[in-house]
Amino acid sequence: MKRLILATAGTVAGLAALLSFKTQTHPLTNAGALPSASAEASSGSTAGSGASAAGSGSDSGSAPSSSTSRNSSKTSSAPKTYIGQAVTTRYGIVQVKATVANSKITDVAFVQLTAFDGRSQQINSYAGPLLLQETISQQSARVDTISGATYTSDGYRQSLQSALDQAGLK
Amino acid sequence: MTAVAGPAAVPFSHVEECMGTVFSFRVAAPGMTRTALTDAIAWLHAIDALFSTYRSDSEISHVNTGILRLADASPEVRYVLAECDRLRDETDGYFSARLDGRLDPSGYVKGWAVQHAANLLAAAGSVNHCVNGGGDVFCAGRPEPGRGWRIGITDPHQPRHLRTTVEAAGPVAVATSGLAERGAHILDPHIGQPATDLASVTVIAPDLLTADVYATAAVAMGPQRAAAWLSSRPNVRALLIDSSAGEQFIGDWIR
Repeated sequence: MKRLILATAGTVAGLAALLSFKTQTHPLTNAGALPSASAEASSGSTAGSGASAAGSGSDSGSAPSSSTSRNSSKTSSAPKTYIGQAVTTRYGIVQVKATVANSKITDVAFVQLTAFDGRSQQINSYAGPLLLQETISQQSARVDTISGATYTSDGYRQSLQSALDQAGLK
Repeated sequence: MTAVAGPAAVPFSHVEECMGTVFSFRVAAPGMTRTALTDAIAWLHAIDALFSTYRSDSEISHVNTGILRLADASPEVRYVLAECDRLRDETDGYFSARLDGRLDPSGYVKGWAVQHAANLLAAAGSVNHCVNGGGDVFCAGRPEPGRGWRIGITDPHQPRHLRTTVEAAGPVAVATSGLAERGAHILDPHIGQPATDLASVTVIAPDLLTADVYATAAVAMGPQRAAAWLSSRPNVRALLIDSSAGEQFIGDWIR
């Protein structure tokens, strides 16, 4: 298990380097800036119980019924959140956290994103859609929908969107 | 689908084949009545019947064959064609519903249809939903508390793979135009030839009418003109991927 954690931390640090080239995040609410670097930047530290904003289905309200399968498996371990090292890039300081369940990264979010050039202010005042984050993702399992060139009805049947719809219709 | 009054159980998904493609609906709490979804789907099919260039009995086909004068067409057809003309001017002629004297507003109709279908759900009380029409997406609200809609953007060079992913709370529209699914089908209206330098353009905007038309016009413009033009538009982010897989981000994406 320890090996898994270290391997994951390495992946997170690697992701941070990748993500720093084109990433965008906003706080989920209008409660001011991102959580600043209060968490120490030690690699591989386990941060809490996976209660990240992009969460593990633990919302207590009217929880969607379809989310039960995520928690029901006896063999699956509970999601854990790992915080990567802060990485200084030429665009600013970037630190990410990753949520891992069953040895797979299921979510990536920022704990720190400090732009050197003042673009943060521009972005905060941006009037368009609120982009919470943008990540490079090879894993399509955690998306809700997919944008791409218009498919025909036949093309749809082989599309990622079709796979998502089938998952949602079960 | 049967029209049943009363609230639909949420969350739910619905898939509807229409306009030669597939529309995917996702509705999260609090949802709305099943009737509202039935009405939105009926509206989509009615719009297809008015605008399809594949149907000889559509109003667009009748206008093109001279059976119907444009002035006598339905309010929807006259509205859409007026909008297409406005957008032709806004895009310096790179988006056009008129080619060789024939009307083909297909490039406008699908984005408009997705946006209006979503608006119908909202009018019936839904605040959290996502409608995807053939790869053009409009999302309202959030899929569940605490996170935004996660929208994958396909890689035009590997259509079963995602190039990137965006998470956003609605209202947000994401439209992609390109060559991946149907080949070089977007003409540069100024030269009458297919535009092929851009493999795909994805536009993120507050509404899908804008995003869809801008994405299509940008492909027709080609890389340099599209980058300059999109940069001049307010409230727009764009991702341009060229035929050699190079990429260009327009607008406020942190890089």
